[in-house]
Amino acid sequence: MIKEIKILKQHGIQYVPDLKGAVLTPLFRGRPVIKEQPSEAETEMLIRLCPSDAIVTVGGFGIDIGKCVFCKECALACPNKIEFTNDYKIATNDLNNLIVRQGDSEIKFNEEKIRPEVRKLFKNALKLRQVSAGGDNSCEFELNASGNVNFDMGRYGIEFVASPRHADGIVITGPITENMAEALQICWDATPGPKVLILVGTDAISGGMFKNSPAVKREFLDKYPVDLYVPGNPAHPLTFINAVLRLIGK
Amino acid sequence: MKLFLETYNNTNSVDINEIPVLKYQYFANMLRSYFADSDNHCLSYYAYRKDNKLKFICAIAKDSNGKIYLSSHELDAGKIMLDSLTPEFPQLHIFEREIAENFGITFEGHPWAKPVRYPFDRADKNKVMNNYPFYRMESDQLHEVGVGPIHAGVIEPGHFRFICNGEKVLHLEIHLGYQHRGVEKLMLQNDNRLKLCILSESIGGDTAVGNALAHAQLLESLADFEAPKDLQIERCIALELERIAVHIGDTAALCTDVGYQLGQVVCEALRTTIINTTQFWCGNRFGKGLVRPFGTNYPLNDKTVEEIKKILNDSGKRYFDMAERIYSLPSVLGRFDDIGIVTTQQAYRIGAVGMAARTCNIPRDIRATHPFQYFKTHKPQVVTQEKGDVLARGMLRFLEAKESVKYIFELLAKWESIDKTNLKPDYDHKLNPDRFAVSIVEAWRGELCHFAVTDEKGNISHYKISDPSMHNWFALALAVRDQEISDFPICNKSFNLSYCGYDL
Ligand code: SF4
Repeated sequence: MIKEIKILKQHGIQYVPDLKGAVLTPLFRGRPVIKEQPSEAETEMLIRLCPSDAIVTVGGFGIDIGKCVFCKECALACPNKIEFTNDYKIATNDLNNLIVRQGDSEIKFNEEKIRPEVRKLFKNALKLRQVSAGGDNSCEFELNASGNVNFDMGRYGIEFVASPRHADGIVITGPITENMAEALQICWDATPGPKVLILVGTDAISGGMFKNSPAVKREFLDKYPVDLYVPGNPAHPLTFINAVLRLIGK
Repeated sequence: MKLFLETYNNTNSVDINEIPVLKYQYFANMLRSYFADSDNHCLSYYAYRKDNKLKFICAIAKDSNGKIYLSSHELDAGKIMLDSLTPEFPQLHIFEREIAENFGITFEGHPWAKPVRYPFDRADKNKVMNNYPFYRMESDQLHEVGVGPIHAGVIEPGHFRFICNGEKVLHLEIHLGYQHRGVEKLMLQNDNRLKLCILSESIGGDTAVGNALAHAQLLESLADFEAPKDLQIERCIALELERIAVHIGDTAALCTDVGYQLGQVVCEALRTTIINTTQFWCGNRFGKGLVRPFGTNYPLNDKTVEEIKKILNDSGKRYFDMAERIYSLPSVLGRFDDIGIVTTQQAYRIGAVGMAARTCNIPRDIRATHPFQYFKTHKPQVVTQEKGDVLARGMLRFLEAKESVKYIFELLAKWESIDKTNLKPDYDHKLNPDRFAVSIVEAWRGELCHFAVTDEKGNISHYKISDPSMHNWFALALAVRDQEISDFPICNKSFNLSYCGYDL
């Protein structure tokens, strides 16, 4: 008992008091900033360099953080043009807002796209079922961490549950492998409506490094509207928690 | 007649044409003489198409002298039958199954000829996830329990099918493949080798550093490049940080499953401090981006070194205090002790590697037996346990984390005294043509093996990955035999094997 008290004392207080204002280490690779348009030659070089086709050229130079794997190689290659900030609030409910352009200083939410029932029903309690469909388990780790003693999203009534029957929505990680497609569908069907659909991590949002793999099958996503895109490789717990809070209006 | 080609880990590549091609019968004889000695184990045995033949490569590691023996045999197009060697050498069971699934080869006499992961390019498309041939026992007294692919917690998918007599497990069959993403095929994208680094890091996110290092080391072998000392030391530190973080995290998970909340929350918080140190170093909690071929974007600097020392001193000590408490509490010991035993003999027979082997008193640790990077210069202490039960697997994590903390301090002292090259990564480095290379890294689970072959232009023409879980999933199945089914969660957590690393 005495030993336990000693351990508890060392343990101290671990929770992050302000989940919306916490500051991450400067090197954390969060929201990219385009300081200046790369030249044509640079753009060409970046397109060749980028491992996940995240460089956008239509409508001017941009980075699609739904495709980006946050390797930062583009910023290392063109440090005067591109920079990665430690801003972790990079999730949105609108696919178009995932493209970062010069002058952008935040990832915007599209308030109009939020379904009214989401805020009405889930504001005070949101129970989620997680489905890993080819996830490399780093996103899964971070989702677990979102509920641990440090991040404790349970304080907002957000929680992962064991059964889809108890869930208000599904959180998908991974590019959705063909071998997991059916189980995902069954899980979705077993979740009572109204329900939310959340994609966590670059793999889930765009297929990431696996988008051209014949082993993935993403038709599921053609069938249902997505309520939230949470980018990252993996998505940081703070990214996920802030995204969900934003969605449910908290 | 030459039976094999000798090589070492983390060294120059070999000429692919120098690997002897044996008649199958001689190949079997060679294995017979090697596997008679428990000092040798199979790293990997796999096949690939070459011209219109099927080429089988077998890599055997000898623990006492650090050698790796490479041998091969071939099968002409159209031939699809081979005698299975599994009855004689059970450790080959998974590799023969993998070859059978990929290429439609029938290994006659294989006692457990079942699919491995249902890859997209499997030979027989009629075999689908839904008709996996589960082992059955017909009896009124027995019942089956199916769990997964989706589990109660936030973890990866896999299906476990138990045959039980009341509460007692008679048999567990593990059916995987849900995570298959086609990684090995994607590793042939020679147009941009940065892609291969990122893919390596996503083979398994909990082993991002281990796999990135195995890949980097492989490319460096193919280019006959030796990493400078500062880079070697940095890589070893990153690898040991990954090991410490997972070991602490798994201690938390074990505590969760036996309802010891203090152990759970303290270890969760401590794991956070370790992965946040990795994030401080390179911007990613899992070390993605930290290890690259031929150099690094994140060389150590004084500030990072200071942070690593501070956290390890503090969190290290707190973890040791916590672990000592956990493993002396009767209520915890009552759940861990004598549960889920794998015997030394079983471990040898199935070719267990890494942690699973060491908890059965087999000192198999690539860092010591087939050293790579700075482990060549400075060998770490190998930790073993004797009983092969959940307690042994828990204790091993504690003792290994302790060794790793000590080892990192020794590395940091060395790092401070040497000149820095601060080499940058190179994604266009020329690789030598017609070479074969093997790269093994002892990550926290065990040996990660990456193999590659280059063509006449120096492009990667074949890539093979063997996760330690290939060997070790079977250990879990053995561990739960005759156990209460309610002990399955702690048995599973105590191994914490990889789904995505196995499914690829
Ligand atoms: S950080 Fe993103 S955009 Fe930049 S190179 Fe990497 S994947 Fe491409």
